Amino acid sequence: MTTRTRRDFLKTTAGIAAGAALGESLLPREAAAQQLSFKPEAGAKLRVLRWKRFVQGDEDQWMANTKKFTDVTGIEVRVDNENWEDIRPKAAVAANVGNGPDIILSTNDDSHQYPDQLLDVSDLCEYLGKKYGPWYSSAIAYGHSGNRWIAVPLGSGGNCMNYRESHVKAAGFKEFPKDTAGFLKLCQALKKNNTPPGFALGNATGDANAWCHWLLWAFGGKMVDENSKVAINSKETVAALEYAKELYPTFVPGTLSWLDANNNKAFLSSEISLTNNGISIYYAAKNSPDPKLKALAADMQHANFPIGPVGRPTESALFFTSVIFKYSKYPNAAKEYLRFMMEKEQYEAWQKAAIGFVAQPLTYYEANPIWTEDPKHTPFKFSCKNMLPNGYAGKLGTASAACMADFIVVNMVAEAATGSQSIPDAIKRAERRAKRYYS
Amino acid sequence: MNAPQPPLVSPAVYAPVAPSFLARVFDNRHFLGLLFMLPAAALLIVFLTYPLGLGVFLGFTDAKVGRPGEWIGIENYDFLVTDSVFRLAVWNTFLYTFIASVIKFALGLWLALLLNEHIPFKAFVRAIVLLPFIVPTVLSAIAFWWIYDAQFSVISWLLTKIGVIHTYINFLGEPNLARMSVIIANIWRGVPFVAICLLAGLQTISPSLYEAAAIDGANGFQKFWHVTLPMLSPIIAVVMTFSVLFTFTDFQLIWVLTRGGPINATHLMATLSFQRAIPGGALGEGAAIATAMIPFLLAAILFSYFGLQRRKWQQGAKD
Repeated sequence: MTTRTRRDFLKTTAGIAAGAALGESLLPREAAAQQLSFKPEAGAKLRVLRWKRFVQGDEDQWMANTKKFTDVTGIEVRVDNENWEDIRPKAAVAANVGNGPDIILSTNDDSHQYPDQLLDVSDLCEYLGKKYGPWYSSAIAYGHSGNRWIAVPLGSGGNCMNYRESHVKAAGFKEFPKDTAGFLKLCQALKKNNTPPGFALGNATGDANAWCHWLLWAFGGKMVDENSKVAINSKETVAALEYAKELYPTFVPGTLSWLDANNNKAFLSSEISLTNNGISIYYAAKNSPDPKLKALAADMQHANFPIGPVGRPTESALFFTSVIFKYSKYPNAAKEYLRFMMEKEQYEAWQKAAIGFVAQPLTYYEANPIWTEDPKHTPFKFSCKNMLPNGYAGKLGTASAACMADFIVVNMVAEAATGSQSIPDAIKRAERRAKRYYS
Repeated sequence: MNAPQPPLVSPAVYAPVAPSFLARVFDNRHFLGLLFMLPAAALLIVFLTYPLGLGVFLGFTDAKVGRPGEWIGIENYDFLVTDSVFRLAVWNTFLYTFIASVIKFALGLWLALLLNEHIPFKAFVRAIVLLPFIVPTVLSAIAFWWIYDAQFSVISWLLTKIGVIHTYINFLGEPNLARMSVIIANIWRGVPFVAICLLAGLQTISPSLYEAAAIDGANGFQKFWHVTLPMLSPIIAVVMTFSVLFTFTDFQLIWVLTRGGPINATHLMATLSFQRAIPGGALGEGAAIATAMIPFLLAAILFSYFGLQRRKWQQGAKD
């Protein structure tokens, strides 16, 4: 389905040309006064399935925005919230049986597992890209497939270094290291001061995948090359794992068993002074009635992941997309809903309520005051810009999702870091498992 | 409906007025039997046979989530036998099932024998014993998750406070310790089921058998060995079959505690099957892993039915 319906809906003005001419500039593009709206079907009703909040403000504001949509359009919207890891199977079932919610807010490369089941949202995404864009390349990777948009990127649940400022200072660092060499020194110094770092090495879908992929990419390693051929067996991967082997002894004991919630708990109870996470630890500490946690929030700070020998950011984070299924009886109402939610009035309020838990996929929202009103939010601002998509440097699809879900990179890093396998063996095992899916 | 039917039996021999076709059909015990079984059979076919058959079928395809697969024969199994993670999961499953089942049986039988004695507040104590079994698995798993936490474990805390250890125990972070920890959690959960079922069995043993044994001069152990155990063996067979099946297919406990980590040391076939099929999207391969459990489960069932339930054994005789 490649028929573009954009022209049917886009009521363009001369502003478009002006907007396009501005190119990469960050000037507010809405000045271009583009308007697009989809005419909802008569009697439309929508069912939306989304991931359960990581921070309360996110859900509250999403619901408030939804209510606003209902007030304006009269379209009834039912929103169900479920654990983010349960969304994937549910969405897959919906895609399989051709029945279920009209819209699903999902994560990572889910949409690339069943692109044929998804409604073409090119008109909407091109409109948003022109008005608030451009889209970051990570957003395009997640939302675009073949020659069309299959998902509307919502943003990234950014992943940054979370650290205790006083502990890092005590370890002799005025500011958080910007490169991997300095980062290793920091971790060693923190360990020496008995305020160790801790990074999940268990099967933690979010946090372990985030930092292990960063590590691999920072040294130039990658699971597959541009042609999606398995390329994990490289000297760059060896370098990454040798680094991991030096890093691991600085961790607090027990990280091999850590799941997604462990580092939050350990950080909030001051067992560790450095870990990787979204903004949810800070959100929990800041909004806690406990004065001890409030003090911790004041002492904590965020930083972007250090840059490795490749010389550019190689962050990895959870990415959120929204998809409309082809089976939906109200495709126009669904598009209108997503358009409404992505417009400035709603999107900025949503980001604000979640104190930036969702980092924008569109450059325009860099100007959202939420990123500057508290300097501790700022590192999350460029999450989408700094991140590489899953399955880098190959294409997203079933293979990239399968490798991520099977923890191939995490297992490889854990095996090498702990010495349970030699570095070449750990790489070979990962290579074999990856080839299974990328064959 | 009322179309004339050729008579089944010659009217001359049978009766002057032949009963209607329907009446005859409903008088037929074979037909009636079939009819009465139909609802149950329909339920079994729709909810058991079909999903099972579909699962087995999927195991021979390369189906992905959201996309029907193509028949690829035994390619999934070909890969799995060479896959180190799968082989580890099979080994883990056997270890987990064997150790947990043996200990659950020993503890369960012991507990049942104790509860069968006359103790104060008997009914109350028996009810309490069932608690671990009643609590939803996920809840008890979360409790164990805290108990085993690398930083907050109450066991580690207690032991450090009294000075036995100086660093926290890495319950779920060290492969063998992690295996032991999940097995203990499984035992804690499974013992009440075994105990209560065996207790029910114990109460059906006629006291006269013990009296007869006492007259013959049997001591406590001999009574247990020659009366209790043989009389209990049918129940043991059933209970242990269930127990082995539950343990072999355990999922929730592992999923909450470790997700199969550290480095896949606690992955069971059930958890690996889910991980690959649903989050990983490789439905065919996940189905193949699940299907690979069936022969082992069948073997466990056959063993208990043809082995433990042998009449000779129940009567205390050797082969």
